Amino acid sequence: MNMDLRADLLALLPELTLTAGALVVLLAGVGGGGRRHGGLAVTALASVGLTAIALKIAVDVSEAGRLFFSGMFVLDPFAVFFKVLFLLTAALAPLLSRDYLERHDYRPGEYHSLVLFATVGMMVMASGTNLASIYVGLELMALSTYVLAGYFRREVKSHEAASKYFVLGALSSGVLVYGLSLLFGELGSLDLAAMAAALGGAERTPTLLTGMALLACGFLFKVAAVPFHMWTPDVYEGAPTPITAFLSVGPKAAAFAIFLRVFLGGLEGLTPYWVWLVGGSAALTMIWGNLAALTQDNVKRMLAYSSIAHAGYALLGLLAGSELGVQSVLFYMLVYLVSNLGAFGFVILLESRGYAGETVADYAGLARRQPLAAFGMLVFLLSLGGIPPTAGFMGKLYVFAAAVNAGFVWLVVVAVVMSAVSLYYYLRIAMQMYLREGQEGEGAEVLAAPWTARAIGVCGVFVGIIGVYPAPFAAAARTTAALIGVTLP
Amino acid sequence: MITITHYLVLSLVLFTLGVVGMVIRRNFITLLMCVELIINAATINFIAFSRQAGDVTGQVFAVFLITIAAAEAAIGLGIIVALVRLKQTVQLDQANVMRG
Repeated sequence: MNMDLRADLLALLPELTLTAGALVVLLAGVGGGGRRHGGLAVTALASVGLTAIALKIAVDVSEAGRLFFSGMFVLDPFAVFFKVLFLLTAALAPLLSRDYLERHDYRPGEYHSLVLFATVGMMVMASGTNLASIYVGLELMALSTYVLAGYFRREVKSHEAASKYFVLGALSSGVLVYGLSLLFGELGSLDLAAMAAALGGAERTPTLLTGMALLACGFLFKVAAVPFHMWTPDVYEGAPTPITAFLSVGPKAAAFAIFLRVFLGGLEGLTPYWVWLVGGSAALTMIWGNLAALTQDNVKRMLAYSSIAHAGYALLGLLAGSELGVQSVLFYMLVYLVSNLGAFGFVILLESRGYAGETVADYAGLARRQPLAAFGMLVFLLSLGGIPPTAGFMGKLYVFAAAVNAGFVWLVVVAVVMSAVSLYYYLRIAMQMYLREGQEGEGAEVLAAPWTARAIGVCGVFVGIIGVYPAPFAAAARTTAALIGVTLP
Repeated sequence: MITITHYLVLSLVLFTLGVVGMVIRRNFITLLMCVELIINAATINFIAFSRQAGDVTGQVFAVFLITIAAAEAAIGLGIIVALVRLKQTVQLDQANVMRG
């Protein structure tokens, strides 16, 4: 018994370390130390670093394939891959936020600690093998991000983002948990392996299918897929920009992690039923996300619709369902993470004229005034648009290949047409930067923000390396996918 | 004799009330009550199914749900307080400056 507890706690070591780090940042931010922007950001970074070491230790000492906490928690390569993604996001978030918080004069302590708590939630989600632990992780992430969206409490827009995110997020998690209760009633368990086993002989009753559909709706909301995307543009526009960057990658990747594990692991027996639901949503997401992005003048709103569209592409990998499909989603999440964080990094740099200085016209003539910044932004936009030789191209290639192999040719046709459409709005910014004259003193200036610049540099290096030499990253995703083998414990 | 069907009908009614309320009401405090209705509907389901199967995991999860619902309510109330400070209202539609 004692040995069991020891093994359990060792497997949980990364989460425990990060929770301790979040508490340290929270306490350090109270009182007189509350304005030490640099110190608190470094503390947050250091706790992410320690968590990475703890993750390495936990993986080394834990038996492979073992379940912890009575089958609630697993430390398989799938979970580890996502945890590395979340830690990368959590490490870039303080870098992106540090200068921004100081410029807007908000306290950094609670901010950084909430980012870390949300990351703990995401890490629990990636490791959950029981819908109870997955749900608790999901709520920890969601509750932290509601507060973060409204962190700039003197700004009306930030507050509005928090209200809308909270109301719709609470509705979606309520629907999700009601679906869970129906599944629990029909299958007699919340454990994914037990659910998969019970599905073998279970009759496909309306209750069971309703539960599955409600669960799918809840997950589609979390990945911001059409028709459950209504919250995304407003929340992304209103939230502080570094939080928008964080929301658009971390929680989305976490939602994909549980989507893959629950629908390909626990509910694989119901594939004929959910494949239409998810497939229809993926098609609508790609079409509406890209079409709506065309008409946006606000760059944050445009990137919000672009992130909706990217969720649609990644859903193709989930639909493909095979090992290749899982691999492509993992790889896509990595690529999307670095491209999107980089693009948002530039939006943060350019927001010089107060909260709202973020329209497409602000980019006019940037190439003449700041050639390096304009080129960097161009690289991230091309990567989001999927132009070789950037990372985005490789990401899309893998997802589309997986979907074609699984027979979803019509969806891939939609995806390819819509990614051609998406080039219009990505290149619209590039055109502003390179071909338009900026009026003197009108366009946005790049601010001196060394921390943000460093974060962008990291993303840029990743985008370049993955685009030119994707083999090691794809191989990491492949071994991961092979090891979860789609059939879970 | 109260059977599981009674519980399921009750929870379905509560769930429907909650979802419909979320869609048609614009008072933030009412919305918070609707969220509670939805989560409590799920909690009733968990306890009823758990009792029927003679298995305690559903009841354990019900305790989790009650805790999460409390945390959610706390955050919701925090957002309401911030709304009142900014706008002197608890009506969500009077706080709308962005599209959508």
